[in-house]
Amino acid sequence: MKIRHRTLVPFDPQSTTRLREEQHGLHPDDVYLKPGRIPHIWCPGCGLGVVLNTYINGLKMAGLPVDRTAVVSGIGCTGRVAGYLNMDTYHTTHGRAIPFATGLALVRPDLTVTVFSGDGDLFAIGGNHFIHAARRNINLKILCVNNFNYGMTGGQAAPTTPVAARTTTTPYGNFEHSFNLPFLAYASGAVYVARWTTFHARHLVTAIAESLTRKGFTFIEVIAPCPIGYGRPNKLGSGLDEMKFYRENSLVQNDADPREADIGLKGKIIVGKFIDQSRPTFDQVYEENILKKFTRSA
Amino acid sequence: MKFWRLPLDAKDHSIPQGELVIIKDRCKGCNFCIEFCPNQVLKESSEFNKKGYHPPQVTKQGECVNCNLCEIICPEFAIYSELKTYKELTSEDILNYSKKFGA
Ligand SMILES: Cc1ncc(C[n+]2csc(CCOP(=O)(O)OP(=O)(O)O)c2C)c(N)n1
Ligand code: SF4
Ligand code: SF4
Ligand code: SF4
Ligand SMILES: [Mg+2]
Repeated sequence: MKIRHRTLVPFDPQSTTRLREEQHGLHPDDVYLKPGRIPHIWCPGCGLGVVLNTYINGLKMAGLPVDRTAVVSGIGCTGRVAGYLNMDTYHTTHGRAIPFATGLALVRPDLTVTVFSGDGDLFAIGGNHFIHAARRNINLKILCVNNFNYGMTGGQAAPTTPVAARTTTTPYGNFEHSFNLPFLAYASGAVYVARWTTFHARHLVTAIAESLTRKGFTFIEVIAPCPIGYGRPNKLGSGLDEMKFYRENSLVQNDADPREADIGLKGKIIVGKFIDQSRPTFDQVYEENILKKFTRSA
Repeated sequence: MKFWRLPLDAKDHSIPQGELVIIKDRCKGCNFCIEFCPNQVLKESSEFNKKGYHPPQVTKQGECVNCNLCEIICPEFAIYSELKTYKELTSEDILNYSKKFGA
């Protein structure tokens, strides 16, 4: 028997250059994207591209120049945004986006620092960092993409997985109570709390622009389809089907009590701007209580 | 909403008209733009792109109102609209509007 081996094609070092030349600049928002990085790795029907797109539009709406912004992400499918945005971005280790961003925000108060990461990254391994940064009211803009699971590692249960939802680690249905993220953010001290889904692209752009102009710790939860990790085991259909589900089952309730904002596997999703308040930021109280003691009066 | 006649201030209003640019080879066929366009301007084409997906195509030429929704909802940065011109508001537009959104 003759075995025919396929000739091995070595990695093409020119591919990125080619992509950059052929594809970059075809879309007006390409100036916000690193040349040669599109297409991104996200699955067809994934909501992450929508969130990246709305973030760029939020930046435009807020009128923030990119050299005054920085984006810090953790690990996960969501964490990949750091590799796509053409600005100062940092892809940290798993769960440590907030500590890294805290340092950045304290040293460079002139920058608007966004933490763009997944539900698992921010609330499982990184949960403690989140509550303390919120408590201190560090000047950080948190954009959390909640797809109810660990998408990147193969659809395991996350602290946001609704009760009864199936994932690879909850084959009989999840029986653990899940976090209500807006309530958690509010209780920890966030000054701006909103939740939208990727279906509410326009509201989301406005919310992102608003949060970028607020001082202090802001939190936006974006519900996004993950047809591969979450949709498939729960028979939710394609990404488009999940988007239609959001259209039919979202209740826009601005100023709703975050305590009422729990999410189940099926059933209504309360969205809106829940909290918009102000309180002294960490920089302000630090200056007031410490720095002033050491500045000599002239 | 239902209109019974042309609003008195109709001449002060106009309808923006957009022109769509579709970067076919970027599309991953999620159909978000097709489903959520408020004017149902788009349709899935039968043609395949480089990746093997069916990119959207414009069916109702001249009905795009340049609202940019497809542009901000596309996960692939594969579609955008550009303002081409403004069209005067006519009683026919009002009638169509009532038909579409009327009770
Ligand atoms: C210290 C450490 N532990 C575990 C992992 C494996 N890991 C990679 S991504 C991930 C979860 C990501 O979930 P999420 O933040 O929800 O992102 P998604 O992929 O859903 O967008 C885990 C557990 C890791 N990379 N590093
Ligand atoms: S696994 Fe889920 S979150 Fe990750 S790219 Fe695919 S659809 Fe998106
Ligand atoms: S700009 Fe608006 S009206 Fe025009 S195709 Fe896109 S979604 Fe439809
Ligand atoms: S939203 Fe973008 S990726 Fe999805 S079908 Fe339309 S053009 Fe293609
Ligand atoms: Mg996740």
